[in-house]
Amino acid sequence: MAQSQDNTHEPVAGRAPLIVGGYDFRSLTEAVAVPVERKTPIGWWFFFLPSLAMLGLFGVSIGWLFWEGTGIWGLNNPVNWGFAIVNFVFWVGIGHAGTLISAILFLFRQKWRTSINRAAEAMTIFAVMCALVFPGIHVGRVWVAYWMFPLPNQMDMWPNFRSPLIWDVFAVSIYGTVSLMFWYVGLIPDLATIRDRAKTRIRKIAYGIFALGWRGSHRNWLHYERAYLMLAGLATPLVLSVHSVVSMDFATAQLPGWHTTIFPPYFVAGAIFSGFAMVMTLMLICRVLFRMEDIITMRHLENMAKIMLLTGCMVGYAYGIEMFIAWYSGNPYEQFAFANRALGPYAWAYWIMVSCNVITPQLFWFKKMRNHIGWLFISSILINIGMWFERFVIVTSSLHRDFLPANWDYYQATFWDFASLIGSFGLFFTMFCLFARFLPMVATAEVKTVLPEADPHQGEELVRVVPAGSGVEPSPQAAPAGGGGA
Amino acid sequence: MGLMTLDVPEATAGYSHYGVLARFETAKALYRACEAVRDAGYSKWDALTPFPVHGLEKAMGLKPSKLPFLVLATGLSGAGLGFALQSWVHIKAYPLVISGKPLFTWPAFVPVTFELGVLGAALGAVLGMFAFNKLPTYHHPLFRSENFTRVTDDGLFIAIEAWDPKYDDRDTAEFLSGLGAVEVEHVPIDDPAEEGDGGGAA
Repeated sequence: MAQSQDNTHEPVAGRAPLIVGGYDFRSLTEAVAVPVERKTPIGWWFFFLPSLAMLGLFGVSIGWLFWEGTGIWGLNNPVNWGFAIVNFVFWVGIGHAGTLISAILFLFRQKWRTSINRAAEAMTIFAVMCALVFPGIHVGRVWVAYWMFPLPNQMDMWPNFRSPLIWDVFAVSIYGTVSLMFWYVGLIPDLATIRDRAKTRIRKIAYGIFALGWRGSHRNWLHYERAYLMLAGLATPLVLSVHSVVSMDFATAQLPGWHTTIFPPYFVAGAIFSGFAMVMTLMLICRVLFRMEDIITMRHLENMAKIMLLTGCMVGYAYGIEMFIAWYSGNPYEQFAFANRALGPYAWAYWIMVSCNVITPQLFWFKKMRNHIGWLFISSILINIGMWFERFVIVTSSLHRDFLPANWDYYQATFWDFASLIGSFGLFFTMFCLFARFLPMVATAEVKTVLPEADPHQGEELVRVVPAGSGVEPSPQAAPAGGGGA
Repeated sequence: MGLMTLDVPEATAGYSHYGVLARFETAKALYRACEAVRDAGYSKWDALTPFPVHGLEKAMGLKPSKLPFLVLATGLSGAGLGFALQSWVHIKAYPLVISGKPLFTWPAFVPVTFELGVLGAALGAVLGMFAFNKLPTYHHPLFRSENFTRVTDDGLFIAIEAWDPKYDDRDTAEFLSGLGAVEVEHVPIDDPAEEGDGGGAA
């Protein structure tokens, strides 16, 4: 692998380039479009076929669940919520980084996001798909899963809108819908690129239909950019609300270990943390497979590592505060729940969680570690594991020993629990492989706007900075710009 | 004007072609040229670019998008309908007393109201953008230009339409060349291959 130009240091004057490798508009189009257009590389099948096999396992496990019922899982009387809800919260959380990158970093004008936002948004959509499977299948009587929605019915029965579980249905399904629209709007100009480069009629029609006849008119860009900005503005509070609502599924219950006011911000920070770890895993693989080291640069990876360090510290802080409040509350049930969490039968899970989520990201204080591809990959995997365990710890360790010792039991996951977990990864990776094969991985139109030559006022800064008659001559090239926009 | 139709109402009014298409080499040249076209008094013209050239609307003399007003309206409608649905369900359709609490528990309706407000606003933003931009428009004379495929790659274009009052076949083309266009061409309305079987062109 050729070593790319280092853009992780800010120069004393000016800004480090966001993408390196000397791209111009044309070569950038080429770099992004060729992976979509070339013959399917063998390497792709190495990822796709195992993913498809895991997806098959998902199908089998869901089929068996529908046939036999939730008894195939390791659920027991105190632990009525097992892997299904753990996986649900895990996948919703994964999605959050995509929206953070595409919406929140857009509002903050973090232009480096343009290289990774397309893939991160795709990840969001696939993660939400995985998440939505679980509430659908875990209800036991799946044929009445539609009761979750306010549909008129012959029983004249309506959902209880005072329940966080129904808030969750709305929050997650609307989150999925809005993310899909956001992603598609971003894709339109790039689909038009693939349409215009298409050599075969089938490609022209297939991509042409979804490109909607886009022709890059500035009268269209004007509405387009406004719509994009507003979607970003809408997705930002939406994403914060989604994991807050998910956390309320727990926080509004009376159960010690769940009933805490810190849950909404703690869940949101954890969601972003885990999502960035997943983006990191995917990007590290994709940038090598698709030879995009100059577009998804070291600087992108380093920035993501910094966000993981920040959110990892926030998560660690939340773990500490939970413990402190349990002690400070003076409530023996709270105190027991947290002592049991760290020292009880699920202590192994708790300490996996703490070491993966709190200790792992601390190495990102060092620039050397933030720029170390191998460590970035390992830590992203560790953090994903840790964040899955966080949800496992919250769900099972709180449930398995509730108020009456006579109720206590230990939740032991069965083969089918693991099958549904592995299967959901199959769904996720299958979708991601298809995305990486058939759609442009990078938001080309957006990355073009961060190339220096995209700026219509390139080199004109000098005129504005230097006051008239100061004796400093503006460069001849910039001189006529004074009248620009008059 | 329905979806998927040609967005050129005058197309049948006896014009021999759609207009002039000029390509510029840099964003800077395009920006200057747009200012000049605007100042020359053209009204039926457009800049076509692979990415949004920031600030070009100023050079073109375009007004800001009115989309935000639509989004505000659809967002408030979504939130209003959501709140009304929940209130109606709990007060009228399915009054369920839980722990002696009142039926109109409005604070509990906030999350779903908010979510539906966001859904309404997002649908308004996307569908409104499609409507304002007349998307999808699968058929457009510009797609007849071989050169124009570069518009989604690296081509920065200005197109001036034949029905602009100031338009003149020769003068407009020369005007654009004078502004630094590297390629200038006349774009036909009808596919040359279909010539003779009832095309609208004179």
